[in-house]
Amino acid sequence: MGRLLRDRALLPIALFAAAYLAVALSVQNSYYQLILTLVPVWGVMGLSWNLFSGYSGLISFGHASFFGLGAYAVTIALVQYDITPWLGIPIGMAVGVLAAIVIGYPTFRLRGHYFALSMLAYPLALLYIFQWLGYQEVPLPMKREHAALYMQFDDHRIYAALALAMMIAAILVSLVVERSRFGMSLLAIKQNEAAAEAAGIDTLKWKIRALMLSGAIAAAAGGFYAVVLLVVTPESVFGMLTSAQALIVTLFGGVGTVWGPVIGASILIPLSEGLQAELGDKLPGIQGVVYGLAIIVIILVAPEGIFWRVRDRLTRGRAVASPPAPVAAAAAVPLPHRALPVRPGDGTILELTGVSKSFGGLRAVQDVSFAVEQGMILGIIGPNGAGKTTLFNVLNGFQRADAGTVTFQGHNLLGRKPNRVCRLGIGRTFQVVRVFQRMSVLQNVVIGAYVAEPDDAAARALARDALVRVGLAGLAEAPAGGLTNKQLRLLELARALAARPKLLLLDETLAGLGRGEIDELLEVLRNLRQDGTTLVIIEHTMHAMVRLADRFLVLDHGRVLASGLPSDVVEDPGVVEAYLGKKWLARARH
Amino acid sequence: MNGAEILLENFLQALVAGLLVGAIYGVMCAGLGLIFGVMRVINFAQGDFMMVGMYCSLYVIAGLGLQGLLGPALAPYVGALLAGPALFVGGYLLHRHLISRVTGIRALGAENEGHYAQLILTLGVALVLENGGLIVFGSEPQSIRTPLSSRAWELGPFIGDDVSIFLNQARSYAFLLAVAIGLGLWLLISYSRLGKTLRAAADNPTAAIYMGIDVDRAHRIAFALGTAITAVAGGLVATSYPFQPYVGLDFVIIMYAGVVLGGMGSILGAFWGGMTIGLVQQMSTLVLSPQLQNAAIFAIFLLIVLVRPQGLFGRSTERT
Repeated sequence: MGRLLRDRALLPIALFAAAYLAVALSVQNSYYQLILTLVPVWGVMGLSWNLFSGYSGLISFGHASFFGLGAYAVTIALVQYDITPWLGIPIGMAVGVLAAIVIGYPTFRLRGHYFALSMLAYPLALLYIFQWLGYQEVPLPMKREHAALYMQFDDHRIYAALALAMMIAAILVSLVVERSRFGMSLLAIKQNEAAAEAAGIDTLKWKIRALMLSGAIAAAAGGFYAVVLLVVTPESVFGMLTSAQALIVTLFGGVGTVWGPVIGASILIPLSEGLQAELGDKLPGIQGVVYGLAIIVIILVAPEGIFWRVRDRLTRGRAVASPPAPVAAAAAVPLPHRALPVRPGDGTILELTGVSKSFGGLRAVQDVSFAVEQGMILGIIGPNGAGKTTLFNVLNGFQRADAGTVTFQGHNLLGRKPNRVCRLGIGRTFQVVRVFQRMSVLQNVVIGAYVAEPDDAAARALARDALVRVGLAGLAEAPAGGLTNKQLRLLELARALAARPKLLLLDETLAGLGRGEIDELLEVLRNLRQDGTTLVIIEHTMHAMVRLADRFLVLDHGRVLASGLPSDVVEDPGVVEAYLGKKWLARARH
Repeated sequence: MNGAEILLENFLQALVAGLLVGAIYGVMCAGLGLIFGVMRVINFAQGDFMMVGMYCSLYVIAGLGLQGLLGPALAPYVGALLAGPALFVGGYLLHRHLISRVTGIRALGAENEGHYAQLILTLGVALVLENGGLIVFGSEPQSIRTPLSSRAWELGPFIGDDVSIFLNQARSYAFLLAVAIGLGLWLLISYSRLGKTLRAAADNPTAAIYMGIDVDRAHRIAFALGTAITAVAGGLVATSYPFQPYVGLDFVIIMYAGVVLGGMGSILGAFWGGMTIGLVQQMSTLVLSPQLQNAAIFAIFLLIVLVRPQGLFGRSTERT
């Protein structure tokens, strides 16, 4: 927080707040005062939505749940228990947090469409429940005495100032989140949830935390909304338009930035409220039409929102000026040695016995047993569909084994989530490269380093170190989306390395690379072994594997066909027939 | 008549009511299911298409003077059927000019296959239709009256002349029409050339393009047809359910629930899903207050999604 206060980003926020306050205080018309109060209220609601959906990428159509619960918490506290909104709003926020937990835990099992639709159902169900409970239309009582103690003011400009203060607080909270490992973890989830989980990020934990924080903020907005409007109905706080407004102001202004909801609310709220006031009797529902059209136009014209469109325009000239970082130089960085070399035979690090996994009738992995010695490179080979990737998925927790045991340094691995497996010291890369496209190379690796380092600065150092080890140090600031195939493979490797794994699972790391590139990667991998990392690598290009692996394990139709020294395995007649073909054998003999 | 007999009668009555209304829900869901199944797009505006179908039916009946031509009993059903072609054109144009810009081939390479853009675009369409409906049609609840809705056939009495079931005639005719539409749709999808094109485009759009299938056209037809079918279902609902421009929200979750229950992507499944939701909704009246009926549907929807997600992730098997 201290670092944040000295930040450059605070200047525009302070300027905005001062300007807004000046306008709010100078306006005498009570209708304009109301609009100036509602802009920050919906700004806060948008910030709440952005904090969750904008950063994590999980679209919530149900933020009205939190808004409505906050509004009703404040109202019921005041009406039934005579509790002032000054306390009612914090109570509402607590309710919002609680609702986030209750909603989050079951709903986070869902993804994509299912998540979005389920979130929609919560506020609509709450709407009917509050109607049934008899809270159709609850007015907040006017307090003549000690009005200020009950957050009631004759001077309506005070409401606008309070709303602004709430919005500034929400902006600051968002900024803190955005710059911490909290925000980085959410961004990683947004870009590739599986990769984030495999990089040791407890995705469920961060999603729940984000929803809790977001729920609290939305509840505060709802509570304050009730105080301002002095009457609460289920339709106005749990209705579809409430959820939609949170999403629309954010998408309109710009998703994934604190300025998005602020810009969106500042444009759309006065526009729709103004039209409603001018044309409301003749054209009821004009407000909803405006929101609908706004969101249609923005999705077609500037899908990321106004903020990003304007920023891209402004920075386009500058981006061209800076040349891309030199790529060729990167690979030449020498690899320092890190630890005493470990020789094969120092003990078993990973042991599988009788591991099986079926998908319906397809037995992808059948009764697989093997052991991996510390410091060795084990090559798992086999044709497509042999069960290699499934085996990795079972090992790192993406899939549950049907039978068998897996022991890693005395720990049972089966039944652990991927992020737990990663924390134990098992890193992995993917057959189809899974990087966080929109992040820089360094940020990608920092995500991996979080597991090994609780301190953010130390995690960055660890990440830079990992980049040096794979030879990508020169590209640290380049966006990951623009890398070549080889560089992407190295990036994934660095991300896995940054967690300081004892064992690395590499899924077809050499696939699709040219001869020279393969040589470079093999050199990196050999150096990793020198440093004491144990490697298990899946491959079906035999040639490269013969030069790298200490031992071979051949899978076919989910079963272990052969295992042993590479020279023995390639001679094994069963392997030759099932996989290599006789030609290869003939060529290898010469 | 003793307590057990009253219970039995209520139960049978709810069962029959559930079947009657369930068939209409089934057609409604089949419309959404068709769009989702072929395009993999969740259409937020489906409930509002249904609402437009209701008003369309209302105005067609009044505008063409169907009451005078066909008599008050038949007119509402013809009106409902005529809403179909009207909404087919509407859906076709909407897809061509709006929806196709974020779906189909254009969305293949996009982030998340463009799912979010699609959800949000259809949300925008929904908001415009709902609130535009308020401007055009007014907020006054409307209904399509038919003398049949106050007539009923009595089945029974059974069991010592005490237990009998009443079949509302309006709902019974709507049921028969709904079943016929469902059957027709099933035949179309399963056996016609068009149906095969739609299924191919649904199964693998890229491969379908290579096979010379116009995937964009297939999507357009699926979208228009799905819109039309739901609109007809809306016209049928309107014969026994008062409606206003926001009525879509009451039904949109029913549709989602039915489609999810039937297994997303299966059109026939969506029909049975809708049927199940209808049965559950009517059965819930035996134990819940009517206000909680809709809440019960949401609860069931959430339960379905949460308890059986594994059976529902049709396309989530990705290679790692």
